[in-house]
Amino acid sequence: MVQLTLPKNSQLVAGKVWPKPVGTNRLTEYRIYRWNPDDGKNPSVDTYYVDRDDCGPMVLDGLIYIKNKIDPTLTFRRSCREGICGSCAMNIDGTNTLACLKSMDDVSAKSVNVYPLPHMPVVKDLVPDLTQFYAQHASVEPWLHTQTPAPEREWRQGRGDREKLDGLYECILCACCSTSCPSYWWNGDRYLGPAALLQAYRWLIDSRDEATGDRLDDLEDPFRLYRCHTIMNCAKACPKGLNPAKAIAEIKKMMVERQF
Amino acid sequence: MPGAAERPLSPHLQIYRPMLTMMMSIVHRITGVALYFGTLLPVIWLLAAASSPEAFATVNGLLGSWIGLIILFGYSWALIHHALGGVRHFVWDFGHGFGPQARELLAKATIGGSVVLTVLLWIVIAVVKG
Repeated sequence: MVQLTLPKNSQLVAGKVWPKPVGTNRLTEYRIYRWNPDDGKNPSVDTYYVDRDDCGPMVLDGLIYIKNKIDPTLTFRRSCREGICGSCAMNIDGTNTLACLKSMDDVSAKSVNVYPLPHMPVVKDLVPDLTQFYAQHASVEPWLHTQTPAPEREWRQGRGDREKLDGLYECILCACCSTSCPSYWWNGDRYLGPAALLQAYRWLIDSRDEATGDRLDDLEDPFRLYRCHTIMNCAKACPKGLNPAKAIAEIKKMMVERQF
Repeated sequence: MPGAAERPLSPHLQIYRPMLTMMMSIVHRITGVALYFGTLLPVIWLLAAASSPEAFATVNGLLGSWIGLIILFGYSWALIHHALGGVRHFVWDFGHGFGPQARELLAKATIGGSVVLTVLLWIVIAVVKG
């Protein structure tokens, strides 16, 4: 359901301003969402200052600088630092993206404002609980379904059919798209969201898959598929440049086309 | 350790940068709701016309007053904007207009088009009425 304000336990209170590093002029201000499950307090926004002469160029570099040199309790996920693992997805400067791919210099606000992915239960600081997001991905059964006996070697696919998967298979499941979507915010329990639907489409148009009808039956639902209102935050947020909105429109088209 | 129920909800509308296409979606919804009530205006006008000359004169006078005209102007804009939004959805239903440039262009064309058409409509009304 649409709930425009945050519940009481989620409302932000004033946070701490951490001391500036000494002996430097090139400082970048970070404002970071903090929540500690152990102290019983509401979430807050802490202010930090990053020494740019002692730090790499990306927002993730700044977060690592803060954790190493200022505040070791700051909690966030990160792994590959090159946009392939999807771990450091968060809301930076008002939009969802990967901290490792976002340059501090590309931030438009005066400070680098960092929040967890929007409208998600927070585990700690910048770490959201993605359990439901993964369950939704699993629910589209993202693997090859076949009825014909398996060939002796691989399932063959022509070049043209393989090209249909471009722009779909590259998804790294970072959840930037789904958590940017207002429809997903209001109905995330029943609407599958852009990421799961992009993957649903990836298997729907796979020339080797033989369960297209069953897959469409499963999606034909006012909420699971049709809560997409083409708001397009998903396509704008995707750090891999994919277009879930378009994939969802293609699924809707398949729903209509199969009636003829 | 506290359970999942005690976890706070991360900020959403409060912190998300307003995107043009997102704002257009919200305006489409708002104009849609406004039309539910706005459409009562012509209905009341027609009912008055069907019931008696006095009732018609009253309703016609109210709608023709300054406040009435402002409300009618807003209603006509909401109608045209929502209709153009419908055309935009029609384009999307064919799988077009999703690219980075196309989606921005469609949004700007809808808002620009609705303003221009509404103003044109009222110029025509003014000219016809003399």
